[in-house]
Amino acid sequence: MKHMMKMTTATVALCFASGGVLAQDATLTIESWRAEDQAIWDDVLIPAFEASHPGIQVDFAPTAPTEYNAALNARLDGGTAGDLIVCRPFDGSLALYQRGHLADISDLDGLDNFPDFAKAAWQTDDASASFCVPMASVIHGFIYNADAFAELGIEEPGTVEEFFAVLDTIQQDGTYTPLAIGSADQWEAATMAYTNIGPTYWNGEEGRQALIDGSAKFTDPQYVRPFEVMERWADYMGRAFQAQGYTDSQNLFTLGRAAIYPTGSWEIGGFNDQAFFEMGAFPPPVEAEGDTCYISDHTDIGIGMNTATDNPEAARAFLEWIASAEFAQLYTNALPGFFSLSNAQFEVEDPLAQEMISWREECESTIRVAHQILSRGEPNTWNNMWTVSANVFNDAATPAEAAAALQQGLEAWYEPQQN
Amino acid sequence: MSEATTEQEKTAREAKPPKRRKRRVGGGWHIFVFIAPAVLIYTIFSIYPLVESLRLSLFDGLDDGSAVWNGLGNYVTLLFNPTWATQFWNALWNNLILFFIHMVVQNPIGLLLAALLSLAPRFGSTYRTLIFIPTLLSVVVVGFIWELILSPLWGVSETLLGAVGLAWLYQPWLGLESTALTTVSLISVWQYVGIPMMLIYAALLSIPDELIDAARVDGLNGWWIFWKVKLPLILPTLGIVAILTYIGNFTASFDLIYSIQGALGAPNYSTDVMGTLLFRTFFGQQLQIGDIHMGATIASMMFFIILIGVTIYLVLVQRRLQRYEM
Repeated sequence: MKHMMKMTTATVALCFASGGVLAQDATLTIESWRAEDQAIWDDVLIPAFEASHPGIQVDFAPTAPTEYNAALNARLDGGTAGDLIVCRPFDGSLALYQRGHLADISDLDGLDNFPDFAKAAWQTDDASASFCVPMASVIHGFIYNADAFAELGIEEPGTVEEFFAVLDTIQQDGTYTPLAIGSADQWEAATMAYTNIGPTYWNGEEGRQALIDGSAKFTDPQYVRPFEVMERWADYMGRAFQAQGYTDSQNLFTLGRAAIYPTGSWEIGGFNDQAFFEMGAFPPPVEAEGDTCYISDHTDIGIGMNTATDNPEAARAFLEWIASAEFAQLYTNALPGFFSLSNAQFEVEDPLAQEMISWREECESTIRVAHQILSRGEPNTWNNMWTVSANVFNDAATPAEAAAALQQGLEAWYEPQQN
Repeated sequence: MSEATTEQEKTAREAKPPKRRKRRVGGGWHIFVFIAPAVLIYTIFSIYPLVESLRLSLFDGLDDGSAVWNGLGNYVTLLFNPTWATQFWNALWNNLILFFIHMVVQNPIGLLLAALLSLAPRFGSTYRTLIFIPTLLSVVVVGFIWELILSPLWGVSETLLGAVGLAWLYQPWLGLESTALTTVSLISVWQYVGIPMMLIYAALLSIPDELIDAARVDGLNGWWIFWKVKLPLILPTLGIVAILTYIGNFTASFDLIYSIQGALGAPNYSTDVMGTLLFRTFFGQQLQIGDIHMGATIASMMFFIILIGVTIYLVLVQRRLQRYEM
């Protein structure tokens, strides 16, 4: 031990002596809420980084997701937080930046590898400062039981009417529950239904920006239509879906009792382990043959630098590496369903993940509509969206009422919507 | 219950010469020594946080993390801003419904069980233990078990109802706005019915046999002995049970609802209570960023509501309860 200490000291001294260019005998600690990724970081990502960056040790130290925000805040305030902070998208991280906990990394070269919509999740509203490097997004769509589709002689639907025709066929056959989704936990209704199919109607980014700049309202037809479609879904969801939660839906599908699972790509890893049948995926159906398709390619994870870090140079080197094509390739394949946002070319090996990421080529990408700026006030638009989306499924609100509730909540505090 | 506080005795005690009281204080320093640890712990873990959260509720947070004095502004927002007021009154109303259900279901069942147990039936102690065990279980476990039992997909409730020809009665109770709160309340009743049962059982046991024997000699049967002799003697305990139910309804209801229905009190805020409203306001919920000042305001309102309830009970009910020396 003593010997090692001496060696380290010697190395440090040597590094300083050599002009400080490699003055990086540093240990970096990563704060994250993704405890389930520990093995991937320890076995794949960190060794790859350390191999190309001698002198920097990295330690992945996650906290449970439900405690992450509170624990991280406490550690940042107490000055004991790690050097690198895994960032939740939008306001949560923006608040950390405004309080001076996340460093401005706008001048990081690697940021040029990312499209604007990806960087937007970790920028100030005017995009003048970036504080986290985008790591991954999750893509929404539908995963289906390919064996069941083959058995019933049906194919991936391309349009909304084909989608309902497929649901009818499954319903009539009676072997499978057509749609594996419930409304008990509410968030699936907002996440896997409304913001999954919605971009098709409000034209993705165009409709999202229109709400932010106040030129459109939730009561406009393009935002009501997805609710109308969801209202029709209710007939094809499991019996008593009102008490069906998220894990119920997952099990219903992986046990082979449901045919189509409205989804996010993060399910791929778990489904690969649990489902014993062939799976396929299709993007949200379009209204008419030949229409542009839109997908929710939601910026979910980024990583930034603690302003109080003792090793800013090493931390920046790590962030540059996160922005590299090497990381994109490693991360996307280690965690199928979490897609790097990088413009770099990378190979995806998992067939289901490959299918879903290929939609980036065919379709226009956008993010969940409530996440940027619109959920900044009270009542919170995203919370509202959970409740009203579930209400539409439960027949507790008509599509028009649901949209009106969203608009009313937004108008209560959001100035551009008040005129 | 051993303390005799009929009106006459009270006046008699108050009329005692001050001399005696003085001597007590002078020689009573050991009292302070004995209560000091409790006072210290209570101050650190209860009084200080309470005062601190009252203080927090008078400030408003800024983007950079600092706070500015806001007087009663947060309270005005909570009670009069339509967004907050709707949530606040809805949560409070749901809490009152929860309280009502516990009062009319949990406590009478607790009383009944205690009365039956006090008759010393065979296997009485086994029943007592079995009924009390759920109280010791984690709410997460209880919530998960009941969610499974009631689940439309994997649950046994529909099958069980079907076995007696009542399958048509089955509903996804936890998922319907009309039934969710009642269902959660009944789950909570199932879990906590052991507490009133034990308190009342202990009170019943402390009734001296002589009183019962005397009543029997006077010709009362078991039914009337319960109503005319036992019940009046345990009324103070029922009062305590009521007040514990009232407080528990604000504090204990949160965990169960959070674990079964989530922080938004699904469906459509029909199971939202003060606890869940406080939780998501204080700690945040998804994109809603936690607001410690607004959260502290809700916590303080809960404190005041509990305080008012307890005060009303102490002033109007407790003082009128006749206590008997036994």
